[in-house]
Amino acid sequence: MIGQRNRVPDSARRRFLRCGVALAAGLPLAGLWPRPSHAAGASLGGRVLVLLELNGGNDGLNTVVPYDDRLYDRARPSLAVPRDRVLQLDERLGLNAALEPLMPLWRDGELAIALGLGYQPPNRSHFRSIEIWNTASDSDEVLHDGWVARVLGEAPGPDRDDLAADGLVLGGVTGPLAGGRLRTVVMREPERFLRQAAKMTPMGTAAANPALSHVLRVREEIHASASVMESRLQRAPALDTRFPQGPLGRQLAVAARLIAAGVPLGAIKVSQTGYDTHAQQAGRHPRLLEQLAASLAAFREALVGAGLWDRVLVMTYAEFGRRVAENASNGTDHGTAAPHFILGGRVRGGLYGMPPALGDLDGGDLRPTMDFRRLYATAAQGWWGLPPSREALAGQRPLPCLS
Amino acid sequence: MRLAVFVTLLLIFPVTHAGALAPDDARHLLARTGFAAAPADVDALGPLGRTEAAARLIEAAGAQASVAPPEWTRAWRPPPRLGDMEPEARKAVMRAWREQGRDLKAWWYLEMIASPTPLTEVMTLFWHNHFTSQLRKVKAPYLMYRQNVVLRRHALGNFSEMLRAVARDPAMLVYLDGARNRDTAPNENFARELLELFTLGEGHYSETDIKETARAFTGWSLERGTGEFRFRRAWHDGGEKSLLGHRGRFGGGEVLDILLAHPRTAEHVTEKLWRAFVSDQPEPQEVARLAQLFRDFDYEIRPLLFALLTSEAFWRVENRGRLIKSPTDLIVGTVRQFDIPIERPVVLVRLGRRLGQDLFDPPNVKGWPGGEAWITADSLIGRQTMLQFLTGAGEPGMGPGDGRAMARRSKMVAALIDRWAAGLPEHWSSAQSLTGLLVPVAPVDAAVLDRDASGALVRRLLMDPVYQLK
Repeated sequence: MIGQRNRVPDSARRRFLRCGVALAAGLPLAGLWPRPSHAAGASLGGRVLVLLELNGGNDGLNTVVPYDDRLYDRARPSLAVPRDRVLQLDERLGLNAALEPLMPLWRDGELAIALGLGYQPPNRSHFRSIEIWNTASDSDEVLHDGWVARVLGEAPGPDRDDLAADGLVLGGVTGPLAGGRLRTVVMREPERFLRQAAKMTPMGTAAANPALSHVLRVREEIHASASVMESRLQRAPALDTRFPQGPLGRQLAVAARLIAAGVPLGAIKVSQTGYDTHAQQAGRHPRLLEQLAASLAAFREALVGAGLWDRVLVMTYAEFGRRVAENASNGTDHGTAAPHFILGGRVRGGLYGMPPALGDLDGGDLRPTMDFRRLYATAAQGWWGLPPSREALAGQRPLPCLS
Repeated sequence: MRLAVFVTLLLIFPVTHAGALAPDDARHLLARTGFAAAPADVDALGPLGRTEAAARLIEAAGAQASVAPPEWTRAWRPPPRLGDMEPEARKAVMRAWREQGRDLKAWWYLEMIASPTPLTEVMTLFWHNHFTSQLRKVKAPYLMYRQNVVLRRHALGNFSEMLRAVARDPAMLVYLDGARNRDTAPNENFARELLELFTLGEGHYSETDIKETARAFTGWSLERGTGEFRFRRAWHDGGEKSLLGHRGRFGGGEVLDILLAHPRTAEHVTEKLWRAFVSDQPEPQEVARLAQLFRDFDYEIRPLLFALLTSEAFWRVENRGRLIKSPTDLIVGTVRQFDIPIERPVVLVRLGRRLGQDLFDPPNVKGWPGGEAWITADSLIGRQTMLQFLTGAGEPGMGPGDGRAMARRSKMVAALIDRWAAGLPEHWSSAQSLTGLLVPVAPVDAAVLDRDASGALVRRLLMDPVYQLK
């Protein structure tokens, strides 16, 4: 970390100076400078958020199954998960059997499930709906910046200067980590990134031309990220954990390697594709869930081994769930609300919220029972200890699922 | 009419810079209006003053593309109703559309690279980012092609005519759901963006204005069989509407009249043009002056652009290199500058997407935010890698083919850049003048100036942070 302290962004320095001047002039400043509530020390309290995108829109009903509801069986003559293939969580809900590798986490109380997440009115376009989820906008509001950029941008307090990068994207689009002044690195594997970054020697940041100083600042950020990453990785022992084959397993293996090496990161995004199951879902969906669960179980094993599972919070998300009734191709079409997983060493396991009622549909779709931004508030306030969001998360409160 | 406008303009504008254009000035004008500055073009503008040079570029700009579009753009074939199709047949249609979409995007890159009047394309792209539509929602590439033709036809024409054409444009009717806007179930999507993005700008209208506008446009729909605009009288709400202080049984046309009569419309568009051509800091007084001129000339775009390009702010030294190149500027500009051969145009599409500008597919209805947002840690690495790839110093990954094909291509392009530098006329062949040609302000890496003018200097300059600016 030595040598990184002087990387305070110019904008922050200017903001500080301006406040200093205002203070000297006796201007009222209360409320201008929100205090971070987490302990001082490593940036963002040394807590990493892992965002896992279920790209395509995951079928929530076949993931967390309302196995005791006859309406479920009726809506899905060919796709309903039979009662004896459900891993019961309580007397109404159970996990798809393909998620078996998550059961140890459930039993250890490290797996929370937030039910019925969505927004109103629903939008069934992949592009538009994931944009809403990525930016945490209202349904009819168009925003550019990802929600992580927005919550961190809204709260100037938290110290992020020690981070190798605010965001790291290992799979899919930048999404929630795009925009603002967020320092987001996109890579498939670290070695290639380090090779490319090596060509970005810093050239100073002083320039009268604001466009040029922006380019120089970003250059410097790349260099700084790469040097931290490189020095940490050099000293890090290899991980023993075997990750499942496949893109998600590979991404989580890289994430685990970087976290275990002590590369300080704010948020990591990974992505699993294939959830747009319009046809022949009975074969495909369980395979996806199996990959998901096995990759997450490996990720947990690696980090427990490294003694860092307490420093990690994983959260799934997707653009939407799927329609209640199956379609004529033995698949499901774009729907609305869905449950999502929250897991980590500090998670208080259990079911949070209410499952959407199958008897009270909105044109064949589930009515959301929880604003999707509660998931994000859980990360922002509960995990990172940011002050309650004024704007970015529409005033949503965190779920009490962290200890 | 246009010629008359120009004669008038040349008469009423004080010619403050009658003298010859310095090479720096000429390259500034060319880089901002045409992706790159070829030495021959800089020389050609040399004897002219600023006023004449700007007038010449604006007058020359055309209204049609020069590269032949893909074959399928010739006729509309009504799309099958996807909902009624078997999954396999549906997949085949989607696949065909995807291929057409790629061809369409590649075609536009080729047009930008080949256009004899690149300002036409700079302006068409500007309007594409103003009147946005996304191929991924519109789906039928034919309709997006047609919209591109409309935007190019009006790109330097008349804004009010363009606005009217866009309001009836089939791709726009699909993109902003106008096609399904009917009296019994008004859809406000088009109305909202019309007020917020296309004309008045945020904060200059109320929610009621949006609702009333949506009512006025009910029935503006399209005919599936022909792919053309169609007014469905039975869907139209003929009742009285009240918006922005006006009251009447308005249809869509009357609402457009009201919006065009509103002073904010000209200001909003002028401000956007300022950001595209002058700097990221619009100057309110100047914007007001230019917007008034825009209205005085009945929304003719040429006079506005002329006034913008001859404004004191455009030429001010602090505003040189003050804009960040878009991915399209960077890709098209570099290819144009060195006449780099493109074997597989679809590679350009991939590069653009990688750098954050997927033509015909802006991120959302607001378009690409541009400015500093173009440069992030990720995109800057992508830009450098792309420049290495384009100029023959690349590593595999960005380009097509295997390592050996890449190596072959690298050698070929590197030799081409060497030849380009060696073939420059004598007055361009010093390190100083070559640097002045390729970058807008002094390079950060001052050591490059110690080198001879050569391909190696060119490659060094392209890696300098100032090459990202225009």
